[in-house]
Amino acid sequence: MARIEIDGQSYDVQDGDNLLSSCLSLGLDLPYFCWHPAMGSAGACRQCAIIQYKDAEDQRGRLVMACMTPVKEAMRISIDAEQARQFRSDNIELLMTNHPHDCPVCEEGGECHLQDMTVMTGHTFRRYRGRKRTHNNQNLGPFINHEMNRCIACYRCVRFYDEYAGGKDLQVLGMHNNVYFGRFEDGALENEFSGNLVEVCPTGVFTDKTFSARYTRKWDLQTAPSICIHCSLGCNTAPGERYGELRRIINRYHGEINGYFLCDRGRFGYGFVNSQKRIVMPGIKGQTETTAEIAENHFRNLLKYAKSVIGIGSPRASLEANFALRSLVGEANFFLGLEDAEHTLLNAIVEILFNGGIRSPSLRETEQADAVLIMGEDVTHSAPRLALSLRQAVRNASFDMAHKMHIPLWQDAAIRQLGPIRSPLFIASICSTRLDDVATGTYQGSPDDIARFGFAIAHCLDESAAEPVDLSEDEKSLARSIAKALKQAQRPLIVSGTSCLSVAVIQAAYNVAKALPAQDKQLTFTLPECNSLGLAIMNGRPLQQAFDSINDGLADTVVILENDLYRRASHQSVDGFLEKAAHVVVIDNLENQTVGRAELVLPAATFAESEGTLVNNEGRAQRYFPVYPAADPIRGSWQWLTRLENSQWRHHHALTAACASAFPYLAAIVHAAPQTDNIIKGSKIPRQPHRYSGRTAMHANIKVSEPGQPQDMETPFAFSMEGAMAHVQPALLPVIWAPGWNSNQAINKFQQETGGHLRDGDAGARLIKPSGSHLPWFGHIPPAFEPEPGLWRIMSLPHIFGSEELSLQSTPLAERLPDLCVLLNPQDAESLGVDPGDPIEICDPARNFLLKFPVNIEKTLPRGLLGITAGRPEFQPLKFLDQVTLNKANPEQQPNSEAPL
Amino acid sequence: MENMDKPLTKNIRPDRVFATLADYESTGGYQGLRKAVTQLQPKDVQQWVKDAGLRGRGGAGFGTGLKWSMVPVDDDSSQTRYLIANADEMEPGTFKDRLLMEQDPHQLIEGIIIAAYAVQASIAYIFLRSEYHLAALRLETALRGARAKGYLGEHILNSEFSLEIHLHTSAGRYICGEETALLNALEGKRATPRAKPPFAVVSGLWGRPTVINNVETLCNVPHILNYGVEWYRGLSMGADQGTKLFGASGRIKHPGLWELPMGVPIREIIEEHAGGMQDGYKLRGFLPGGASTDFLLPEHLDVVMDYEAVAKAGSRMGTGTMIILDDRTCPVQMVLNLEQFFAQESCGWCTPCRDGLPWTVTLLKDIIAGRGRLEDLDILSGLTRMLGPGNTFCALAPGAMEPLQSALKYFRKDFERYIAEDNAVVESA
Ligand SMILES: Cc1cc2nc3c(=O)[nH]c(=O)nc-3n(C[C@H](O)[C@H](O)[C@H](O)COP(=O)(O)O)c2cc1C
Ligand code: SF4
Ligand code: SF4
Ligand code: SF4
Ligand code: FES
Repeated sequence: MARIEIDGQSYDVQDGDNLLSSCLSLGLDLPYFCWHPAMGSAGACRQCAIIQYKDAEDQRGRLVMACMTPVKEAMRISIDAEQARQFRSDNIELLMTNHPHDCPVCEEGGECHLQDMTVMTGHTFRRYRGRKRTHNNQNLGPFINHEMNRCIACYRCVRFYDEYAGGKDLQVLGMHNNVYFGRFEDGALENEFSGNLVEVCPTGVFTDKTFSARYTRKWDLQTAPSICIHCSLGCNTAPGERYGELRRIINRYHGEINGYFLCDRGRFGYGFVNSQKRIVMPGIKGQTETTAEIAENHFRNLLKYAKSVIGIGSPRASLEANFALRSLVGEANFFLGLEDAEHTLLNAIVEILFNGGIRSPSLRETEQADAVLIMGEDVTHSAPRLALSLRQAVRNASFDMAHKMHIPLWQDAAIRQLGPIRSPLFIASICSTRLDDVATGTYQGSPDDIARFGFAIAHCLDESAAEPVDLSEDEKSLARSIAKALKQAQRPLIVSGTSCLSVAVIQAAYNVAKALPAQDKQLTFTLPECNSLGLAIMNGRPLQQAFDSINDGLADTVVILENDLYRRASHQSVDGFLEKAAHVVVIDNLENQTVGRAELVLPAATFAESEGTLVNNEGRAQRYFPVYPAADPIRGSWQWLTRLENSQWRHHHALTAACASAFPYLAAIVHAAPQTDNIIKGSKIPRQPHRYSGRTAMHANIKVSEPGQPQDMETPFAFSMEGAMAHVQPALLPVIWAPGWNSNQAINKFQQETGGHLRDGDAGARLIKPSGSHLPWFGHIPPAFEPEPGLWRIMSLPHIFGSEELSLQSTPLAERLPDLCVLLNPQDAESLGVDPGDPIEICDPARNFLLKFPVNIEKTLPRGLLGITAGRPEFQPLKFLDQVTLNKANPEQQPNSEAPL
Repeated sequence: MENMDKPLTKNIRPDRVFATLADYESTGGYQGLRKAVTQLQPKDVQQWVKDAGLRGRGGAGFGTGLKWSMVPVDDDSSQTRYLIANADEMEPGTFKDRLLMEQDPHQLIEGIIIAAYAVQASIAYIFLRSEYHLAALRLETALRGARAKGYLGEHILNSEFSLEIHLHTSAGRYICGEETALLNALEGKRATPRAKPPFAVVSGLWGRPTVINNVETLCNVPHILNYGVEWYRGLSMGADQGTKLFGASGRIKHPGLWELPMGVPIREIIEEHAGGMQDGYKLRGFLPGGASTDFLLPEHLDVVMDYEAVAKAGSRMGTGTMIILDDRTCPVQMVLNLEQFFAQESCGWCTPCRDGLPWTVTLLKDIIAGRGRLEDLDILSGLTRMLGPGNTFCALAPGAMEPLQSALKYFRKDFERYIAEDNAVVESA
């Protein structure tokens, strides 16, 4: 801490910080553009000018940039001095010489940092009479608009995209006042974090194209705190709605998880909510028209007259919905709804996380790691936001170096100029990954080989750990060097996950982590879905046993919660199961194959219209809230399951509480959101900003009289502009807004310090308290993978846009899907006589034809493996096969994806 | 040893045949280097240069020995340190380094080697202005010659010291002369300046300690080593030490460059060496140190060319190459010409420079075209303050404002005349 004087007032600020960040942390207003709390200072915009005085006597002082000036004990500065004010206002005037001032048609308007800062400086009058320079705009793909005339050249976009996110295709081109921020040529931005440009850019240059299509001003959007449901990390989001339609998703700051940034799947994958495939009415097979009441009665009767009912839960449904189902059908009849391999993996992970004695880190903590080993994951595709954090973690070595050279950490450019000094990052994966560019070393192998490699590293670290035999010399020496780097680290991190579908990989990852000498070691797993961990904790039975109980006649009725079983098990087995079941009830939000087979379909609300608790991969329980009411008769899944007379739970919080007491591991979920009981009873938090317009008239085309506002009996929020915003804990704020701060950068006002934790704490309850004790070493080491001549093993490789079920149903993402092709090692391709792009026939081991797809060559894919995009429906027939045979197909025939099933 | 009072140009012949290695050696060339690497410790060399009082000739006049001594000594010496000769010379009106490199390339090379020895750099770069083709050719030849004779490469003159010099020809931008933009350009990045601190001597090229000196600065070094501090301190007429290349361009009888003692009166340069104004022209003012220095007036002719003396008169010694304004050239148009250059060469990093210089140009054009308003002069002087030292990210914009702010002070009537005349006057000159 240092004591400094600002405009005659004395304050305590963080030593080593820069003055801009200090002033903002103190809640003072000081305009800025180029500085970003996550990216540090650039000194480019010159907007944060203040006066610094030499000493107590100095009256004149000297103009300095606050963001480039380190805090020093006893320093005296002024934000208010006339000279500084004048400079800041003149600086805006300069920025504005070329700015189009097209706020009325600019999609940034109303949440524009440039507007805010302009107003803050008081600059109002234009003296520049010259022409404005203009630019061509580019087509940057389906996500991002480009309107370069609005650029104020703050350099934030390239600093984020190139430097922070490792993108290669967005540059600054040109010079003087003709600097241009774009690509060499038109084309979709390639980086997986491109969407953050929308928020990083302080002006309307980069805006959300998916939002443009159905644009609404920020002040007209209804919003509630939400959680991203597109992967297991649980990034916090702020979805916005208007006219019953989800319009966009932006980042909602969480100091431990996503910070300021989301991935493009999380930001742009929301389209399924508005999809044509949404189930909007209940359906009963054979009946044309069904009301909610009829459907409910039907459900009631099915349950009443069933011989025995089983329930199949879902890793993409909330804890509460799963728990309600489990309670409805009874513990013994509750099945997790995971394919068997995944079920086993998740059980292994739960065991390790809860009893393994090693901390599972938040994303912020992963960024502190000074050595990282990834085992079996292409993190950018399986848990994208984590990849962005790991990209920052490799910089820790350069931060240490900077520290030695007395370069403050916020002086980002100076640190990058030190060169590519990186903390060790090692990646063992099936084939090359999107983080390889910052990796110290990589290893590619089959899942069994990755596991063996991991066991070898663990053995190098601790001789009592099991040792694999027959490793090659190369493997051994790489394992030794990785072990050495990990051993030297103070905060080593092991990352693994379920993508390899290999328990051995997970166990090997645990062995490595266990063998590490460091106190502050961490182990994290990426999981398939948003509530995979929460569901796994619930201890249900595997899916195959659900099939067995119907097939064996133990039960005749099945209730399936938000789960397309055709993604979980082979076609034949699901078909057989659903045929055998006398009654099939499906509660879901989108049409899918399973829904198509149901006798009764109950329309479920999505995350945007419902509440619930999810457990992320860290073991943090987090609550999401409905952004807008589900259109009748759509209901939250939990509501369908608890509306029946015998239900004990009238309200969501009661259900949460019951779930918490049913499972010791889940005891803390009642704290997943800040305590809100008082708010629920008293005055609520408005979801609509105080400037929300059109309320009395927006439904006038349907009904002239103003309908009453929908009531929310479940959450602390109101579907209304009325309510109390004062004293709301920042973690519960639907909209980030402060007087004079209309953009998301208002978050400064709600943090303990810039870029730090939210005031009153970040949301979520960590469920895992590492015990002191460890699990015993795992010793089951698989044999090395030997390709069998003529047979290929299927490798399902996750893809950020191609793999996740719900985002796959979102239109803008469809344009970014990876090509439909299969990956082969070049030698395998050669032995089959296929060139890139040639079609190949994929057959089962008995040589029955399954599919035909073009081939892509992947140098780094080991021989004997066939890579496909995980989760992509076109490949579904391959997913549950161990091995396939391949034939060069007749190239004359067009490749097609039709499977004769 | 003739021409001891003109060490920098003693090998430069009127017929412009350039000095070969043998020529250079015959007048004491590489003796300074021999003394340095065989008899002196690096620290001693630094001390000699410090004692000699050599100040940087690149424009800012920073003490050269002092700069060298700022290279961290406790730094891991197994890692590379760099020395860079700044030969970008793109300041309008400045052409002194060109002469030195084209006519006597070994002098620069020896200077680089000694400087590198003094700071224990193992790699040096000559960052050369892209248009200097002849200099590039001659430097390459000279580098080969120096290597062949053991002045350069491994174990220089059988000492422990080794150095490699690379000639880098710039892609061509004025901002590349700014030493940190130069570093970025050398690294293959955009030539935008870097924030200081950290200074290049601590974290420069690829994050390693790097000393950057102007060509002329380095050319002084061999002579200091060869003839000694005492001799060097005897060269000057004024407060600063040594000799310097002074130049003049404009409507004078003999535009050119002359090596003269520091502290020479400006009058002597213009009236004696440049032969005075051309017939029919009168001196109205001059930029004493190149395009980015303030105008001085005939009344300042007796100011001497010392860093402090010129500063006291209200300008800067800069590169010591002056541009003359005569009575038939319009100062407003001259300033416009300069500002167009600076606006064009702004790197685009910081707001005041990037957007302020084009506005300056627009205003000057408006004024000249008869569209000006009196309040435009207030805007212009506002801009000269806005783009002043400390307000921008580097010194380009403050330099650009110097001729403008002094023109507004000394030639305000010329601006006002355009505005008053209310029509598109493009007269004079
Ligand atoms: C815009 C700009 C252009 C410059 N151009 C040159 C140049 O061409 N040559 C040069 O030696 N110094 C130039 N400088 C000065 C250098 O930044 C630096 O101060 C100098 O090279 C240091 O060398 P010295 O200490 O030997 O003078 C320039 C500075 C600025 C701000
Ligand atoms: S970027 Fe901001 S200031 Fe510029 S037109 Fe858009 S809303 Fe207006
Ligand atoms: S495009 Fe936006 S972020 Fe990029 S420099 Fe321009 S204003 Fe800044
Ligand atoms: S003053 Fe600013 S914009 Fe101008 S050249 Fe320097 S850094 Fe670039
Ligand atoms: S925020 Fe300080 S210069 Fe841009």
